Amino acid sequence: MGLTKAILELADDHLVLGHRVSEWCGHAPMLEEDLAMPNMALDLIGTARTLYEYAAELEGKGQSEDDMAYLRGEREYRNCLLVERPNGDFAHTMLRQLFFAAFMEPYWQAALSSEDEVVRGVAGKAVKEMAYHIRHAGEWVIRLGDGTEESARRMQQAVVDLAIYTDEMFEGSDVSALPDRAAIRPAWIATVAHIFTEAGLELPEPKFPQSGGRDGRHGESLGHLLAEMQSVYRAHPGASW
Amino acid sequence: MSNEVPLWEVFIRPRNGLAHKHVGSLHATDEVMALHAARDVYTRRGEGNSIWVVPSVAITASDPDQAAENFEPTGDKIYRHPTFYKIPDEVGHM
Repeated sequence: MGLTKAILELADDHLVLGHRVSEWCGHAPMLEEDLAMPNMALDLIGTARTLYEYAAELEGKGQSEDDMAYLRGEREYRNCLLVERPNGDFAHTMLRQLFFAAFMEPYWQAALSSEDEVVRGVAGKAVKEMAYHIRHAGEWVIRLGDGTEESARRMQQAVVDLAIYTDEMFEGSDVSALPDRAAIRPAWIATVAHIFTEAGLELPEPKFPQSGGRDGRHGESLGHLLAEMQSVYRAHPGASW
Repeated sequence: MSNEVPLWEVFIRPRNGLAHKHVGSLHATDEVMALHAARDVYTRRGEGNSIWVVPSVAITASDPDQAAENFEPTGDKIYRHPTFYKIPDEVGHM
């Protein structure tokens, strides 16, 4: 796998999750969280922008970051399935955020010593953002998991629904400029296990883990997300803002 | 929901060497979530490097009805103001 594809995978992960989290803007249960969610979304989209710009540069076909984000179809998107999962309730959203950030934080930590200057630059900024996402999503997972009867039930349901998508994050990438994804697993398990213990949750080993996102095989919800996200750019080609 | 969630007062220190300053209030279930919310609501544009949160119920306020007796007696005591000194610029924040 080439560096361009690997960077694109990373960029797609961040844009798709960033868009998902941004869907909460104006809908969060309280004003405080209504600001926290777009903050996290903007962290992710900011990282995606830098990565798209770099992917476009590596590709050398004169594309812009907007072209990469808005003119590729569903099958061309290379994000992992976890990040495209619909928001569901707050338990699902926060658990998805925790699963992703618990992976990306050690990933960027390892990327700090990459041979690639752009990767090192992104990592330096993103590692702090992901540390905060772990903290914020983690505190919610603890409070919902160890909260009322209903919040605990919903949190457990989120674990069942999302655990089948976590394996795909560790699927191999053999690009020397980027960390080995499989090697991130022990750090991910340690972070999640620590939070799950406090939340009174158990991390199941899914019998039928799902994957295919890296090959462009997505769930049906990604198409809806892209349709909404890309509609303005496609209706007004070349528009700038 | 906000009826059940306690109110917190937020204080931000803009820079080392300055005091924490009251910037507003917010709702949060406990002190950890209050700190997160304060970070997300009040430090989005680099406003500071330290946050305090205090339960609003822990604050005792002066009675507005006593404002006259509390504050007006100082009005004519101009000798308490340090206006008779020149402060060199190098001193910085006083």
